[in-house]
Amino acid sequence: MSYCHDPLNFKCQITNSYPHFHNLQELHHSASLATKVFIQRDYSDSTICKFQTKFPAELDSRIERSLFEETVKTLNCYYGEAEKIGGQSYLEGCLACATAYIIFLCMETRYEKILKKISMYIQEQNEKIYAPRGLLLTDPIERGMRVVSFANTWDVFLSVGTTLKELCTIYKL
Amino acid sequence: MSAVMITRKVTRKWEKLPGKNTFCCDGRVMMARQKGVFYLTLFLIIGTCSLFFAFECPYLAVHLSPAIPVFAVLLFVFVMAMLLRTSFSDPGVLPRALPEEANFIEMEIEAANGNVLAGQRPPPRIKNVQINNQIVKLKYCYTCKIFRPPRASHCSICDNCVDRFDHHCPWVGNCVGKRNYRYFYLFTLSLSLLTIYIFAFDIVHVVLREYRNVFEHVVSLTPHCTVLEVLVCFFTLWSVVGLTGFHTYLISLNQTTNEDIKGSWSGKNRVQNPYSHKNIIENCCEVLCGPTYPSVLDRRGVMLEDSTSPNPSDASTHKSSNPVSQTTVRQHFL
Repeated sequence: MSYCHDPLNFKCQITNSYPHFHNLQELHHSASLATKVFIQRDYSDSTICKFQTKFPAELDSRIERSLFEETVKTLNCYYGEAEKIGGQSYLEGCLACATAYIIFLCMETRYEKILKKISMYIQEQNEKIYAPRGLLLTDPIERGMRVVSFANTWDVFLSVGTTLKELCTIYKL
Repeated sequence: MSAVMITRKVTRKWEKLPGKNTFCCDGRVMMARQKGVFYLTLFLIIGTCSLFFAFECPYLAVHLSPAIPVFAVLLFVFVMAMLLRTSFSDPGVLPRALPEEANFIEMEIEAANGNVLAGQRPPPRIKNVQINNQIVKLKYCYTCKIFRPPRASHCSICDNCVDRFDHHCPWVGNCVGKRNYRYFYLFTLSLSLLTIYIFAFDIVHVVLREYRNVFEHVVSLTPHCTVLEVLVCFFTLWSVVGLTGFHTYLISLNQTTNEDIKGSWSGKNRVQNPYSHKNIIENCCEVLCGPTYPSVLDRRGVMLEDSTSPNPSDASTHKSSNPVSQTTVRQHFL
């Protein structure tokens, strides 16, 4: 894994300003992400959990490529760390085997600890980066670790905005 | 203004999961529907061991060593723990695609296939991926509406796609897949040892008893239960030891039973196993000492339904609207 650093130290500029729409056309154009976008798994490194870092065209106008790639690479890093077969996994495996795996009733596995970190990271990314751009990143564990999905949170605003404009036109407000 | 809370039974996701599994203990235990053979396994193991502890152990503890029953108990506990762990845990079931994901995949397939003329059969839904310089075909599952990950297969008995599907074992009443393969292997291994142990000490017991009878000119018949135990152990030995040997061979090559039966990596057309590390030790370590994968099937999460209770508290709203991030991670244990 060539790109791997402690994501908890990663700092990003927080921009709290929501994009300002001058007219409804801009809103329509920006909400071109009508359906969810799913980032598929990358199986080039066998069956370890890794997602494709190829930037999807549907997100072109919504988010900067570098931010997207940073998120996916960090997630890949976390999953790589969770599935790493090394000293710690051997120790955990042997200890668990010696206790007939009863120890897992009281102890959290390394994978579970990392899943919690991933969950917090995704929440943080949503708050800082994706929500201001009208996107919502879902945790892959909710999709069977098959996909990372980006949902458009502005579908609701779009439909409300369209209805209000139509009403104003009808009643000449 | 007083808050009115209508208490209703919480519906957990396992109650609405598709597939032919049965769930117990509010979603904590997951098994196949047909459990008859599993009960037989339990009966044989517990029955034989009970007879051994009741009739052979007192004699052997006195005349040979008290360590014999102690070791037998430890082995028996280990066998039961592995059996229950294999039978009750999620083998690595892949949840079915939600409608949005299924539609997205359909759109991708249509885009890839282009325009299919009316009357023509559409091409088979296959995705090619390259794994360690080998092209692997990912098949589309029409039931689960996903492209199956490499090594995953659809179990027709449980009606689920299972990751790293090995086989469906009626003796444990569950599929054997990524999450419970090592418990299954340890079960067969420890059961082999237990069977050999009981068989050996039954023979020792019979020999000692007959020797004493001859020496002391006492006539007594070998207890019937010993004969029964020897019979059970004899027939179990051949099957279980054979199975353990077979799985040891599969682990050393990092293959699944499913792949072995289909001959996926048999070497014809220069097809080799892309998952194997080409090193027996590394293959064994990956399968037996790898990380404990979490269950991606959310069984214990709370179902999101239209709440009729007005003025829910902040905590319960947060929990019901976002159950997975807070509660699901800890529930990926079994």
